[in-house]
Amino acid sequence: MWKWLHPYAKTDATFRLCQVLLPWFSISALLTLSLGLVWGLAFAPSDYQQGDSFRIIYIHVPSAILSMSTYFAMAVAAFIGLVWQIRTAHMAMIAIAPVGAVITFIALFTGAAWGKPMWGTWWVWDARLTSELILLFLYLGVMALYNAFDDKIQAGKAAGVMAIVGVINLPIIHYSVEWWNTLHQGATISKFDKPSIAPEMLWPLLISMLGMGLFIGAVTLVKLQNEILRREINRPWVITLLTSEETK
Amino acid sequence: MNPRRQKRLVAVSAVVLVVAGAVGLMLYALNENIDLFYTPSEIVEGKQGQLPKVGQRLRIGGMVVPGTVARDQKSLAVSFDLIDTGPVVTVSYKGILPDLFREGQGIVATGVLTEANYIVADEVLAKHDEEYMPPELAEKMKGIKHVKPQNLGGTD
Repeated sequence: MWKWLHPYAKTDATFRLCQVLLPWFSISALLTLSLGLVWGLAFAPSDYQQGDSFRIIYIHVPSAILSMSTYFAMAVAAFIGLVWQIRTAHMAMIAIAPVGAVITFIALFTGAAWGKPMWGTWWVWDARLTSELILLFLYLGVMALYNAFDDKIQAGKAAGVMAIVGVINLPIIHYSVEWWNTLHQGATISKFDKPSIAPEMLWPLLISMLGMGLFIGAVTLVKLQNEILRREINRPWVITLLTSEETK
Repeated sequence: MNPRRQKRLVAVSAVVLVVAGAVGLMLYALNENIDLFYTPSEIVEGKQGQLPKVGQRLRIGGMVVPGTVARDQKSLAVSFDLIDTGPVVTVSYKGILPDLFREGQGIVATGVLTEANYIVADEVLAKHDEEYMPPELAEKMKGIKHVKPQNLGGTD
């Protein structure tokens, strides 16, 4: 069943796969992200209570949800790397980490910018905001731990354990608004019930979310390619690749 | 799966389970401290058998009871009642209220409990719900008429 995955344990196969996927991800990300954002920011109706300020939802919610999905993807890569001892998986993990950290920062920043006019404060130590801040620290921790080792195989293992353990934070972030009293409101779309947002506002939101997901994918592919090149710089296939690039 | 991989799989899963258990117990122990605010009924009737003391600094979160917002004509002082499901707690505040503050709205106020059901607040934050809809729909569904502040006539 998983046989088709086996070749990608080799870095050159993964590198080539990234090369093939990258244009598709980039183009579709550009199209969906611009469609979703233009529709959301300019054409979707304004909210009955918050007016136009609510439009920051089209950046805040995609980045907040995807900061969690990205973390999960990173943890899956770390898990594969730890159990099956596949170096490429550790490279994928460390390629995802900075992308996820930036997305988490965007979620926190847009949340603060939204909180000031609506709630009346930039920041409050409620469970949702605090757990999302911890997610940012987890990303930074994985990066710091990975870079603290000179031996990158050791580094991958150590950072991988941290990434996997941090998964515990994901359900805490998601359910924080249900388990405790928070200033942050409850879930609008990520629940089993019908979304509590009007359809003409929901569609651009979903499209922006898809676009941001594709964008994260594209950036991760580039970062993974760079990581592979950096780590495999002395391999024959990399040398051939680089010299053929130079002569082009 | 070969035995070495299986061993690693078990080890990694065990680490995750143990840490998850530890975090779970920690959050359970801290449960009431993670709450951002007391509800009005928790202030009056006590939370898990403990009444907040008069003079204690705390946060309260509840709905502004319609018709109880009293503004001072000469200053920014305002007082209003908060409710959740039971008793009412009165909050007084001097300062600028957030834009979303209105009757029936959920708010969170930080202040000092000066009587059993009276709070002098120094910060009032608005809490909004997770529903988003265009104004026309809100008028149809909830009977809320959205009026832009500049169209609002004079005194409030």
